[in-house]
Amino acid sequence: MNEETRLRSSDILESADERNEFIQDFLVESYESLDRLDHDLLALEGDPESAEAIAGIFRTVHTIKGACGFLAFTKLERLTHAAESLLGLIRDGLLVATHERMSVLLETGDAIREKLAVIEGTGDEGSETYSSLVDRLKALQADSADETAAHTFASPDSESGLASSGDPDHENRSAAADSTIRVDVQVLDGLMTLVGELVLARNQIVDRAAVQHDASLKTAAQRLNLLTSELQERVMKTRLQPIGSVWSRLPRLVRDLALAEGKRVRMVIEGEETELDRSIIEAIRDPLAHLVRNAVDHGVETPGERAGSGKAQEATLTLRAFHEGGQVNIEVADDGRGIETAKVRDLAVSRGLITPEQAIDMSERDLHLMIFTPGFSTADVVTNVSGRGVGTDVVRSNIERVGGSIDVQSRMGEGTTFRIKIPLTLAIIPALVVTSGNQRYAVPQVNLLELVRTGDEESGRGIERVYDAPVYRLRDRLLPLVDLGAELGEKPSLPSGRGSDAPATIVVLRADEQQFGLVVDGVNDSAEIVVKPLEHYLKGIDAFAGATILGDGRVALILDVVGLASKAMDAPGDDQRHLSSLGEDVAEPVTGGAGSLLVFTNAGSDRMAVRLDLIERLEVFAVEYLEHSGSGDVVQYRGEILPLVRIEELLGGPEAMFGPGAGPLAGIVGDGAQVLVHRAGSNRLLGVIVDDIVDVVDAPSSLQPAGRPGVAGTAVLDGRVTEVLDLDELSAGHRDAAFSLVGAPA
Amino acid sequence: MSQLTTFSVDSSLFGIDITRVQEIIRPQEMTPVPLARGDIEGLINLRGQIVTAMDLRRRLGLPERPQEMSPMNVVVRSDHGLLSLLVDDIGDVLEVDGVAFAGPPETLRGEIRDLVARTYMLESELLIELDLDRVVNPSTQAGQKTP
Repeated sequence: MNEETRLRSSDILESADERNEFIQDFLVESYESLDRLDHDLLALEGDPESAEAIAGIFRTVHTIKGACGFLAFTKLERLTHAAESLLGLIRDGLLVATHERMSVLLETGDAIREKLAVIEGTGDEGSETYSSLVDRLKALQADSADETAAHTFASPDSESGLASSGDPDHENRSAAADSTIRVDVQVLDGLMTLVGELVLARNQIVDRAAVQHDASLKTAAQRLNLLTSELQERVMKTRLQPIGSVWSRLPRLVRDLALAEGKRVRMVIEGEETELDRSIIEAIRDPLAHLVRNAVDHGVETPGERAGSGKAQEATLTLRAFHEGGQVNIEVADDGRGIETAKVRDLAVSRGLITPEQAIDMSERDLHLMIFTPGFSTADVVTNVSGRGVGTDVVRSNIERVGGSIDVQSRMGEGTTFRIKIPLTLAIIPALVVTSGNQRYAVPQVNLLELVRTGDEESGRGIERVYDAPVYRLRDRLLPLVDLGAELGEKPSLPSGRGSDAPATIVVLRADEQQFGLVVDGVNDSAEIVVKPLEHYLKGIDAFAGATILGDGRVALILDVVGLASKAMDAPGDDQRHLSSLGEDVAEPVTGGAGSLLVFTNAGSDRMAVRLDLIERLEVFAVEYLEHSGSGDVVQYRGEILPLVRIEELLGGPEAMFGPGAGPLAGIVGDGAQVLVHRAGSNRLLGVIVDDIVDVVDAPSSLQPAGRPGVAGTAVLDGRVTEVLDLDELSAGHRDAAFSLVGAPA
Repeated sequence: MSQLTTFSVDSSLFGIDITRVQEIIRPQEMTPVPLARGDIEGLINLRGQIVTAMDLRRRLGLPERPQEMSPMNVVVRSDHGLLSLLVDDIGDVLEVDGVAFAGPPETLRGEIRDLVARTYMLESELLIELDLDRVVNPSTQAGQKTP
């Protein structure tokens, strides 16, 4: 196009208003294109052969140049023209996409952004000519001898060449861009308010219809009800944005930093489609940038250092986002040098943040957490890149301001991971609705593993109890159970008493690393629910993670799966949720010895076991040989007096052993007593009376920890839940109790 | 010009600054919250917003409402967002400028005493103005539901 035929905006647009509107559109579109431009330039740098990337870049620059011409932004037009010429040569395979060229093009993108900001502010392009940048763009159009190496492009065929230089309106846009439209935020907020008022009117109509006897009115009101709820939910959804929009600038940031510091960093991004409410997106933009800067600046080593430690020279920086249980999780992870705990300790002491004595006591994890302390920075020299005085403490306070939390996990030499959790004020998560005590509760589907119904003929088995704690055997796992009704202080869902074959509904859930079963009264539908944070007055209740409005307009509470798990089980509280415990089994397995266990029954159906190597002999004594002497019942055995005791006396403590009503003779049925003869010390024997010997089995490799003293753990042996007793501990207790009550044994 | 929204709770007349009242609505579908403070009756759906409902009888230490009486909702604005106060009945909006008043009556004892700003002496009855900020900010764990 030459000067004469170029159309000027003044020829076409009727008024200043029209021009302004056009400029607004131009700005909005161009900002978006520039984000894509960065992305494409980096892609091209990574893969200089990428015809797709170069075509995209060319299109973007060309479009902006065209609009500049139309709007008479001559300086910007000159800049984009120079860039376009350079890009054209690269696209046609005549020049290589070198780092230098890419850097200049990236700079050009920045310059265009600056110019756009000036246009946005003043309506005109200002005075900056970017002449030096233009000169560099022109200079790089010259070929240097050592470049025309392997990387050349297949030149695009004339078709696409024609298309890309044609009228911007007929550009080949990607399908994704076509399926979305841009809507002003204020319009959306206005919609929300309208819907709110509609809901009020709906409520009134539904109320009145309920007392009318007009059936068709009721039906219509019900339809109105459901449609309004649906509409409300969808309008709220419009406020959600994918986190990718916050992340879009980060790859460029990483690239520039890495280049400046002579490091090689590869970025892996997962979950950029994870959605957050608009307001939160703004709040985390800076913290994320800071964490990323920190990772490259402090975390990642130089290629030389990495090679020296046997790592790949190129470091990996991972950004991950995902929804879990009504929160957005964002991870920033590097495989760099990790937090140097010694350095942290020394620095903290020298800054007076902790005393040397405190420093010795602090665990590695405590020291890791120190980086969130105000005034703490591991940079001895504040580098240009990381900025001054902006510490990780500011990151934490920014995140906590929107109600989120941040944690760090690090291993020296291996890397560091920051994990941010932000409760979603508006998030839609799939959930399962359950009932307990006539109320409905929502369980986030992400925690849901399966549903089990016990007590039918098919499943065959019911709920068993270990001591008082209900458990369920699920495919050879012992699943601890939580009774939702009981936990909420209401009517328990489980019938009390030992074991039950009554039908029960169990929702198998996973909270962090733990699995457990939630016993409920019933299960309703799955639903997509909008998560609302817990009101101020309810924040402290750990059973609930938030609230939601179900399809019929009623409020339901959302269960906090992690909170329920830790409340109900004998697990340590908050610590269990810290990253440091991930990877350690929270339920610390108790290692059983290799060897065998002797399984027996006690008090009817309870199964117990002891280590076979602690038992000298199994004997049966006829009742008439059992004698009472002094402190308890005994029998003469191989020239010794063998004291006898029942299991529950051992487990129950001194009162049970020696109090009134104790005495093994009381409970013996039949002709004789089955006795396990246990050698409790070098010259002390103890006879433990049991009901029936069942079997000898191999000891399992681990036990589930039990809740009471004298019991080493529980396991499923021979198909039944069995308590494995610690006989040494129990017999020592017996002896001590005997001493305390009756003095030294005869 | 000072106007109070008035309502009755356990046959006494109470009032709060009208500028703090967002709206008054009829008895609402309530979702109870187990394990919450005793005076939290539950949650209601107010045009898509989930609002906590606080029973004023319990908050003020007054006897429980009779079963057949459905409470009205006085939705107020507080630092923590909206809160719905459950009351027995709604009264008129009253102008209190120029009406004689005194502090909380001597006979008023217990927690309720801290929540009373002043007592207006109307012609036919006493109007107790509540200190709304104190009402919506319970400091203690009082009012626990007994299991």
